[in-house]
Amino acid sequence: MTPRSLFEKVWADHTVRQLANGQTQLLIGTHLIHEVTSPQAFGMLRDLGLKVAMPHRTFATVDHIVPTDQRTEPFSDPLADEMIKALKKNCAEHGITYFDLNSGRQGIVHMVGPEQGITQPGTTIACGDSHTSTHGAFGAIAFGIGTSQVRDVLATQTISLSPMKVRRINVTGRLRPGVYAKDVILHLIRTLGVNGGTGYAYEYGGEVFDRFSMEERMTVCNMSIEGGARAGYVNPDETTFAYLKDRPYAPQGAAWDEAVARWRAVASDPGCHYDDVVTLRGEDIPPTVTWGINPGQGIGIDENIPAPQAAGSADERTAIEEALAYMKLPGGAPIKGTRIDVAFLGSCTNARLSDFKEVAAYLKGRKVAPGIKAIAVPGSQLVSAVCAELGIDRVFREAGFEWREAGCSMCLAMNPDKLVGDQICASSSNRNFKGRQGSPTGRTLLMSPVMVAAAAVTGAVADAREVFAVN
Amino acid sequence: MALAKIITISGRGVVVPGNDIDTDRIIPARFLKCVTFDGLAAGLFADDRKAAGGGHPLDDPRHQGAAILISGANFGCGSSREHAPQAIRKAGFRAVVAEGYAEIFFGNATNIGLPCVSAARADLQRVGQAVAADPALSVTVDLAAMQLRFGGNAVPLTMRDSARDALVNGRWDAIGELLEGLPQVAAVAGRLPYVSAPA
Repeated sequence: MTPRSLFEKVWADHTVRQLANGQTQLLIGTHLIHEVTSPQAFGMLRDLGLKVAMPHRTFATVDHIVPTDQRTEPFSDPLADEMIKALKKNCAEHGITYFDLNSGRQGIVHMVGPEQGITQPGTTIACGDSHTSTHGAFGAIAFGIGTSQVRDVLATQTISLSPMKVRRINVTGRLRPGVYAKDVILHLIRTLGVNGGTGYAYEYGGEVFDRFSMEERMTVCNMSIEGGARAGYVNPDETTFAYLKDRPYAPQGAAWDEAVARWRAVASDPGCHYDDVVTLRGEDIPPTVTWGINPGQGIGIDENIPAPQAAGSADERTAIEEALAYMKLPGGAPIKGTRIDVAFLGSCTNARLSDFKEVAAYLKGRKVAPGIKAIAVPGSQLVSAVCAELGIDRVFREAGFEWREAGCSMCLAMNPDKLVGDQICASSSNRNFKGRQGSPTGRTLLMSPVMVAAAAVTGAVADAREVFAVN
Repeated sequence: MALAKIITISGRGVVVPGNDIDTDRIIPARFLKCVTFDGLAAGLFADDRKAAGGGHPLDDPRHQGAAILISGANFGCGSSREHAPQAIRKAGFRAVVAEGYAEIFFGNATNIGLPCVSAARADLQRVGQAVAADPALSVTVDLAAMQLRFGGNAVPLTMRDSARDALVNGRWDAIGELLEGLPQVAAVAGRLPYVSAPA
């Protein structure tokens, strides 16, 4: 048989039929919903008089607008309160499993799926959120959809979609100490551009990914969309199976063994066709920080902020000028030493146990610099609970971080956690777009959690390897 | 469900310049606090418009009533929020012409019958100059001929075949077709243990 990629296999397994316009009617085996992009879809369903086709294949939680301080209803923001009530009502009405604030399992939707073992290899996963690519870490084809497609999945468990091309991305060798999964993806987006992945699913592999934990793989897959790739995935392996074993929704007993056999077989075959191949050396990847207004505008911590006159093209020059004007940063100056106002450790990119554990190891005995607002927001109630068990929350609090409840928080600032005025934030999140963190003039510098901690304790962008003597 | 066949769109154009215009800029997150898409027009480019202090092209009185939004490369990158194309539509636009689009935005726009066509940069500059010189100029997006026409000029447009087919044949909202496939959906689901097994 012709060798096939994981993408081809999963696509074939889930193809229902070809539609008149040439697209595929694709089965979405797992559908995740949250409070922001689902109420309109349920409204459309009601208008059309349709039912949810497979309620047992949709799972809901609340993350985008839920406050991370106040946790009892009614919430102080009446609009947020209305949306959360709508989600609860829609789930109850249609028989959909809802991990609510009292479940102990609530969290950012892209954390809940893996934690519960809902996210599995060889599956298709859709959610009305572009960071659905996160679930690709398990060898799933996972991608964001719009609300009309949320309606389509609810009503038919399928959507109309064209297949993507597949770009294999190898990261060879090893990462240097103090370099993290976040740096890998920021470096990759810097290299390939924010639209370099348009039309592609990214298949990540190579020694660095082989060694990565599931949490590190999730961090990279999460930001595939920031490079324009709607989906990104890693072939399932022993690391994947070990993570999933005994999770609540993982198969049990004999079904587990059968599932593992299927999951092994779904990985890309040696010699399969890729539409493109890109190879990076792990050793070449520096701790990376963004200086601009899209995630591709990143540089190594030792580099200087680009100056317009050094641009290679007229386009690049315009982009640099626009970014510097918004960021109020001097072109040509080192990024290191840039003063910050806020440090945010959270989001579906970096709010997992390993992120907080790693930072806590360095934060012990350190203090957030005077005048810096530092907040840590676990991605899920489960992460929060384990951090409490391990005393990680206390390390953060003693260092001067506010330790919050689970949610998306200041990644997109739909809840009360927002930048004020033109505050500049060292952030472990995924987007540095204009106004992203809730203030129309707020500024975001994306970096790894350990780099956020280094910025928090020094009050400025710093090389965490120096601040924390990493070697 | 009979859907409109979207073949030609004519109206005035307005240029919102720039590349990589993300959906947070098209509609900032605070406008997503709603349970219906009604009223989204107020959020369209809200922060950019505020920052421009009335100087944003969308606030230029000469461009009021424009039906065709013209922009740069990688338009609509970032978040999957359908609120972005919904806000563009609710503000009165009937087509977008740009150098290129982020994938999720493109799909979301197509699904609500908002054509997103691509044109070469030089041609976008020409139409931009023509619209600036005469804001009342009629611009036509022709999906049959795949042409953009303005003031006696005609330049080529491109669009993914499946999207063009869906728009011109009135099947841009897939729900009807997807529902027709439900018996086959059940068959495919039955072959996939994770879908068919009770959770």
